[in-house]
Amino acid sequence: MVENRLNIGKISEGFVLDHIQAGKSMEIYKHLRLDKLDCCVAIIKNARSNKMGKKDIIKIECPIDIIDLDILGFIDHNITVNIIENETIVDKRQLKLPKEIKNVIKCKNPRCITSIEQELDHIFVLTDEENEVYRCKYCEEKYNRH
Amino acid sequence: MRHLMNPLDFSVEELDQLMDLAGDIEAHPEKYAHACEGKKLATLFYEPSTRTRLSHEAAMLNLGGSIMGFSSAASSSAAKGESVSDTIRMISCYADICAMRHPKEGAPMVASQHSTIPVINAGDGGHQHPTQTLTDLLTIRSLKGRLNHLKIGLCGDLKFGRTVHSLINALVRYEDIEFVLISPEELRLPGYVRKDVLDKKHIPYTEVVRLEEALPTLDLLYMTRVQKERFFNEEDYVRMKDFYILDKAKMALAPKDMLVLHPLPRVNEISVEVDDDPRAVYFKQVQYGVYIRMALILTLLDIHVD
Repeated sequence: MVENRLNIGKISEGFVLDHIQAGKSMEIYKHLRLDKLDCCVAIIKNARSNKMGKKDIIKIECPIDIIDLDILGFIDHNITVNIIENETIVDKRQLKLPKEIKNVIKCKNPRCITSIEQELDHIFVLTDEENEVYRCKYCEEKYNRH
Repeated sequence: MRHLMNPLDFSVEELDQLMDLAGDIEAHPEKYAHACEGKKLATLFYEPSTRTRLSHEAAMLNLGGSIMGFSSAASSSAAKGESVSDTIRMISCYADICAMRHPKEGAPMVASQHSTIPVINAGDGGHQHPTQTLTDLLTIRSLKGRLNHLKIGLCGDLKFGRTVHSLINALVRYEDIEFVLISPEELRLPGYVRKDVLDKKHIPYTEVVRLEEALPTLDLLYMTRVQKERFFNEEDYVRMKDFYILDKAKMALAPKDMLVLHPLPRVNEISVEVDDDPRAVYFKQVQYGVYIRMALILTLLDIHVD
């Protein structure tokens, strides 16, 4: 049996995104556009977790002001965001649902203008915070997470 | 600069001002006959809608302005693949205000984001048709004398009927409103309108299938057409299209002061024998549509007439 003990070293400045649902790390990598950054990124998949059984972790070594983490609140607000400075956790950021999300999800309404207008951003707006409802900015079609 | 995308873009107070202005236009049309001299309205109709287009054009002409535009996508540069955003950038150089009808939902909003002139949403797919809602509100207020303390029957295609959804959204902002939703099972008001609008605001409503059951208690009846263009299946349309026919016999069940409204065009749902009934106000509604659009054009262009 292979032991699950992969270790990645500490980072001096950046983020550790912990408690990511197992298998979701690549989606987050894509939405945070980490491929565009010239910095060190480590993705750990299927790490052992007492709380979750299995989880993913992403470590990003970068200045802490260059990544917009709002989108994480939409993807999964249970993710723990640790902010690292001088190899130490200096803050844990609370995630909340972003008011607006751009080009993360697509409007599936075939009658929506986004289905034909090229170069038009797909924008969803939080219309009901309590029930976590997002609607297309243009046609108001509800986005169904499941 | 202001646009009109959704009837709720105007607060109740702003709607009152708009309707007051429409009332003054009705009473003193000559006062406004030159208010828009030198101004141009572009009617950008990507799908045919003779009534709505002519109503906007009549409104601008009554104000002394001029009009230009197209009445189908085939006769516009959309046929060559031009985007809405490019079209509106170009139109902004020609006109002072525009009214846009588009089969795709949200198209007028895209236009408003790239426009340097006010954009009026003249209908976008099954989404919004705010000037129809303003017309309905003005008709009710003018002929009923109030927009509160009303029991309103909505009859026909409540599922796809955007005029009904918009009217509900607009009327729930007034006091003591009650709805009777009259439709066949297949064309019931969508759950999200019931839940997000009626239930959330604790607006009383009942759902019935038979029109005769609802008629005796209503202050007004809003009839709608079963829209062929919203059905994917011809058979379903044929089965539904004549589900309700308001005729003289049914009108005899209604109160003496009940009003019958209809956004038009009518097909079979109101028999022509009802047209002479003083309670049938759907053609007056068309006239109010012109007054409210005149008021809207003046308001969006920020033109004041003393």
